[in-house]
Amino acid sequence: MATTIGHVDEVTLGGAEVHADTRSFVRKYVFSTDHKIIGIQFLIMSLIFLLLGGVLAMVIRWQLGFPKQPMPLGGVLPETMAPGGVVLPEFYNSLVTMHGTFMVFFAIMPLLVGVFGNYLIPLKIGAPDMAFPRINMASFWIAVPAGFLMLAGFFVEGGHAAAGWTSYAPLSERSDLSGVSMGQILWCISLIVLGLSSILGSFNYITTIINMRAPGMWWFRLPLSIWSLFVTAILVLLAMPILSGAIIMLLFDQTIGTHFFGPAQGGQPLLWQHLFWFFGHPEVYILILPAMGMASDIIANGARKPVFGYTSMVLAILGIGVLGWGVWGHHMFMSGMNPTLGTSFMISTMLIAVPSAIKVFNWLGTMWMGNIRFHVPMLHAIAFVSMFTIGGLSGIFMAATPVDIYIHDTYFIVAHLHYVLFGGSLFAIFAAVTFWYPKMFGRMMSPFWGRVHFFLTFIFYNLVFFPMHNLGLHGHMRRIYDPTQYDFLKPVQPINELISISAFLLFATQLIFATNFIVSWFKGAKAPENPWEDNGLEWTVPSPPPHGNFVSVPHVYRAPYEYSSPFVTEDFLPQNRELPEGVPSAAPHS
Amino acid sequence: MAHAGALHDEDVMLPPPGREPGAGVYNEKLGMWVFLGSEVMFFTALIGTYIILRVAHPTAWKAPGVVLAVPITAINTFLLICSSVTMVKAFASVQDGNLSGLRKWLIATVLIGSTFVGVQVYEYRHLIEKGFVPSEGLYGSTFYTMTGFHGFHVTIGVICLIFVTWRAFQGRYSAKDYRGVEVIGLYWHFVDLVWIILFTIVYLI
Repeated sequence: MATTIGHVDEVTLGGAEVHADTRSFVRKYVFSTDHKIIGIQFLIMSLIFLLLGGVLAMVIRWQLGFPKQPMPLGGVLPETMAPGGVVLPEFYNSLVTMHGTFMVFFAIMPLLVGVFGNYLIPLKIGAPDMAFPRINMASFWIAVPAGFLMLAGFFVEGGHAAAGWTSYAPLSERSDLSGVSMGQILWCISLIVLGLSSILGSFNYITTIINMRAPGMWWFRLPLSIWSLFVTAILVLLAMPILSGAIIMLLFDQTIGTHFFGPAQGGQPLLWQHLFWFFGHPEVYILILPAMGMASDIIANGARKPVFGYTSMVLAILGIGVLGWGVWGHHMFMSGMNPTLGTSFMISTMLIAVPSAIKVFNWLGTMWMGNIRFHVPMLHAIAFVSMFTIGGLSGIFMAATPVDIYIHDTYFIVAHLHYVLFGGSLFAIFAAVTFWYPKMFGRMMSPFWGRVHFFLTFIFYNLVFFPMHNLGLHGHMRRIYDPTQYDFLKPVQPINELISISAFLLFATQLIFATNFIVSWFKGAKAPENPWEDNGLEWTVPSPPPHGNFVSVPHVYRAPYEYSSPFVTEDFLPQNRELPEGVPSAAPHS
Repeated sequence: MAHAGALHDEDVMLPPPGREPGAGVYNEKLGMWVFLGSEVMFFTALIGTYIILRVAHPTAWKAPGVVLAVPITAINTFLLICSSVTMVKAFASVQDGNLSGLRKWLIATVLIGSTFVGVQVYEYRHLIEKGFVPSEGLYGSTFYTMTGFHGFHVTIGVICLIFVTWRAFQGRYSAKDYRGVEVIGLYWHFVDLVWIILFTIVYLI
């Protein structure tokens, strides 16, 4: 039956297994090949890393708000990091590096791709599991050692990697410049291992979506979450190996003395930047496309209307997936670049704002005149749209080369990237987690505490990141250790203090979410099959779905957004409900 | 595998049954094609780096044949191309239901692939003794990284081929199900193709 590449036994007829699940505990929950368990495993892992990345951010904020003052609880840190609770400059460099690394590679990316790619794809396309369940399992269990390798860097001599999450050479490749050797090597190895995990995951997703769709699930009946995960998987598949190749060369420069990026023997530091951002810019869309897709699903559900402009949404996703490869140079306007080339990157960058803007207007069109249900996922999804729009607009500023020269490497950039990564991706992640939590765990999260968490997060988030625009325009540099040592930054130090205090409150607010998440897992109200009255196939099976997902292969009759259909009494119409003969399967607007 | 009973009537060389039309091929084959797309990008990063560095610093490279021994590597290249031929013969054999032919040609492929890796190890040892090491300028850096990662891919391929051969001896393949042979064949031809490019730009130019 089976071949070297994958197994069909769990794939094709999972339904038969629904009634006789005799797997051992380890097979069921630890080394499970079930995409739902793997998704939940990724969820727990990446939430832990999200928390860790948040803790690092708190230490950064303490140092920026209250430079060189002893940090509360800072005494637990060793002398090499923060003697007497005062953060050392070397440790500060590690903090910003590892905050970025953990958040991008171990929190946001696995949360979007690892968690929801795994959990949603088979359920939403009506498949019993992924095309290659064992490779899927391997993908998770390769990501775990990558996480441990990255954590290990904090405990080695010389401290953790300190060259920024972008690890620009030659700073990153020469320990005599950065003072870090083993930490940087572990950083490299960990990301190579993680890259392998991502590639294994992505070709699995692509194969599954192409070959495993239930009958009637045409390409243009796919939910937008699946479209965006499909394009994201292609970006991961093609971008991660570029990063792996670049990091392998960086690792060789550090360890066996090659000269790829060291200028002394003819290597080229700019080459690292080109390779990194040729990966890095598609990566930016890897971090936002699934968020856009899932927000589309949730907004249609909350607005009780079909998604406005479904086809243009799909084309915008595809457009971003293509244009995303041609904009990497806009990260390098200040690295020394032919101005003509800079102009072409400026134009391509402004072009890619068009599909993003199409999506924003379509979300507004979806909500327009809708009878909106402001459930917790919908609140987060609306926050996603508005915050992502701010982040997108500030992106236009820095896409313009003359403006970028002024704001490059200032807090304006930090504000921009957090508006898309926190305001965009993370709000969408909160929306998605609260939306699919009942399906994952069979219990409802507390809506009251969900609202409290949402409103406090929204307020403190804006208090943290909006003033950073002002700091940046004032010239506050991006990676400085102590702003008070510059006279011109002294007047804006109160803003730094405001940001830091808001950041601590923002962090504390997340503990509400964590508590709600954990308590609801055990004590939450039992979730019905379809608590949000949604049309997706995943809501036609029990919460949580059994191993194998569907008792019989579902048949799909329509697109996923038939809300308020005139043909049924309910205001939703699941994709697999067969209507009596003579009734159209979908309203004419779609 | 007990629950897969109904599958016995299905043709496993076709896409999963009862699904929307997809790529028109079975999952493992589609998966390998997609995975090879990732491999293309990996070697693109290495080869692109090589081209950029070489164009910027042409003097850092010696003329062909001065440091690297072209004849022995040419023979090695020929061997690897031969192994693609034996792979095709193995594939054709199993398609015809000729299982002894399958086993024979798979063993031949494993042996030739191993020989290729062996010659490369010999070449490395020889070069390092001569003082041409990875830290020897851009020439050494790019040479060892590119050929090394290709050799790593060949080694992985040989390991997978040994596994496929073992399964062939267990009688796991037939004219009705030879997915493992076809999928490893795709990978093997890809690795062969990459080598032809590398041989040309690293040794001959």
